[in-house]
Amino acid sequence: MIETLVFYFFSAILVASSLAVITVRNPVHAALFLVLAFFTAAGLWLLLEAEFLAIVLVLVYVGAVMVLFLFVVMMLDINIARLREGIWAWLPFGALLAVVMVLEMWIVLGSERFGLVGTIAPEGHPAGYSNTKELGRLIYTHYVYAFEIAAVILLVAIVSAIALTLRRRKDTKSQVASEQLAARREERVRLVSMPSGKK
Amino acid sequence: MEFFQNLFGDAWPLVWTLVKIVALTLPIMGTVAYLTLAERKVIGYIQVRIGPNRVGPVGLLQPIADAVKILLKEIIIPSGSNKILFVLAPVLAIAPALVAWAVVPFSPEMVLSNIDAGLLFILAATSLGVYGVIVAGWASNSKYAFLGAIRSSAQIVSYEIAMGFALVGVLMVAHSLNLGEIVKGQTGGGFWSWYFIPLFPLFLVYLISGVAETNRAPFDVAEGETEIVAGFHVEYSGMTFSVFYLAEYANMILVSALCSLMFLGGWLPPFNFAPFTWIPGFLWLLIKIAFILFLFLWFRATFPRYRYDQIMRLGWKVFIPVTLVWIVVVGAWMQTPLWLW
Amino acid sequence: MKWFKDFFRTFLLVELVQGMVLTGRYLFARKITVQFPEEKTPQSNRFRGLHALRRYENGEERCIACKLCEAVCPALAITIESEQREDGTRRTTRYDIDLSKCIFCGFCEESCPVDSIVETRVFEYHAEKRSELLYNKQMLLANGDKHEAQIAADRAQDARYR
Repeated sequence: MIETLVFYFFSAILVASSLAVITVRNPVHAALFLVLAFFTAAGLWLLLEAEFLAIVLVLVYVGAVMVLFLFVVMMLDINIARLREGIWAWLPFGALLAVVMVLEMWIVLGSERFGLVGTIAPEGHPAGYSNTKELGRLIYTHYVYAFEIAAVILLVAIVSAIALTLRRRKDTKSQVASEQLAARREERVRLVSMPSGKK
Repeated sequence: MEFFQNLFGDAWPLVWTLVKIVALTLPIMGTVAYLTLAERKVIGYIQVRIGPNRVGPVGLLQPIADAVKILLKEIIIPSGSNKILFVLAPVLAIAPALVAWAVVPFSPEMVLSNIDAGLLFILAATSLGVYGVIVAGWASNSKYAFLGAIRSSAQIVSYEIAMGFALVGVLMVAHSLNLGEIVKGQTGGGFWSWYFIPLFPLFLVYLISGVAETNRAPFDVAEGETEIVAGFHVEYSGMTFSVFYLAEYANMILVSALCSLMFLGGWLPPFNFAPFTWIPGFLWLLIKIAFILFLFLWFRATFPRYRYDQIMRLGWKVFIPVTLVWIVVVGAWMQTPLWLW
Repeated sequence: MKWFKDFFRTFLLVELVQGMVLTGRYLFARKITVQFPEEKTPQSNRFRGLHALRRYENGEERCIACKLCEAVCPALAITIESEQREDGTRRTTRYDIDLSKCIFCGFCEESCPVDSIVETRVFEYHAEKRSELLYNKQMLLANGDKHEAQIAADRAQDARYR
């Protein structure tokens, strides 16, 4: 009973905040609503006993990705009036895209495969069951190639992102921290004892 | 107990959980209050002063006087600010700091919720603290606040990675994400079976990242008074300001608690014989937490503030490689018979 | 070799520990705090505190309204108005010091030819309103009357350096 209540509570917040993401004017508010949406989604996953995924969703998306997202959104000075200029010209195209997306989702998530009627509710897990361990086992055995390939792709993405943005300007002067750290007192300071002048 | 159970009927589990939450939160808040006094006293003593000693005997009522004063202060909301977010930001800052305590065990039985992924939960909860900072900086609509928010959130996000990697080492050694299990894995002889010995580099990295994560000196550029006034909370006053303060100190206590649980054997005594085993485990944990909190204060009294680029360099170019190398070393070490933990 | 030594010095945080040992030692050092209202630091006889106008022993006020102090005051804190008294001497009708402007430099005291305006050792005065910091002639004379013994003793002690 309580679980159902919690489910509807979270779902209502999720739907409302997702709607708010695309309807509010202020981009920072939109980003914060997206955070709320992620958060409630994580809550829903917890109800499905997928605690690892739920926590990782919060950790990665809310804790890291959205922070950087907020950074960017806060820095940009978005002119809302200019954004709204071409809305009528682009509306048919956008509507077409939306229809295509809905169709695709319907095909994939349609009742033949994901229908609630056909599926049997999965059995509850025994007390010692650890979602994290199970996931780890699957990732490193059954899905090991897919997992490693995904990791390599991400690594390539990191390297290329750095390579694209890193530029060395020759005319700037900056400290080299390692040299500063390597400096020792003995190399720099020389104590000279000098007799004080006579009056 | 029976009586209350009958009184509340079906709602009893809910009520009981609430009672436990209150029983957990109030002492934390009290500790925060007295940590501020301890900080002023310790730093005062190190600076050859005696610190506050006017309110109550040796200044013991000072935190209460401070609290009363700050409660009576006016909350000023800047006219150009985003009012809802401005008031929401302190709440966003303190909520994660308190939520994380839900999975912290104080003894084998004393834990609010004994979940399997406790360590992950704590990582997730602490990573949310940054929102309070960012939202505060942005909603204030002030340059200094914004600069401070950017500084401190960039710092928190970077050090979280080093911190996370340090915790990876712990969970490798402990074979568990449950904090209670992690402490149980450290039972054995005495202090030499605690994890801080095999994971010494990770212990140091965790401790220092903890200082950086909570924006404490010497990593307190976020509120570098000389450069950007007070950082993200310049525009805050009265209770809204003090909530940020509470959050900072609650985070400090949390980091210390985690450090003592994961590296210093939690509630386990340092020696397994007579005088040490008399002291209950709960007290041992408190002693360890207090010791690490004292380290925090000692750091603040000793080290000058880091330069911002040095902080970033330390986080990304030193700590992350060190943790990665040590994870590999520990992984290899665990496969050999030389592994004793 | 040097590289190895530096490497371990850095990673074992040797220098940081040295610093912490130093501060840790001061934790137990004798504290030098002076608990103010109960204990007080010794004061010099040249201490420059609250102002006072002095009188001669016969009760005649010393000030002759030469306005040297007004002229020398770098903070423009002194205002003097004067007129001729019935006995033909020049006296002040108004002698105001704005203590919210005063910087306690002691120039007024230095410039005074008759040792009339002086700065006393009093420093624990306070005001709850701005106007209470505007001292007029009566208040300054009252100060002088109150602390004359101390003022005279301090001046006598300092006389041979003047």
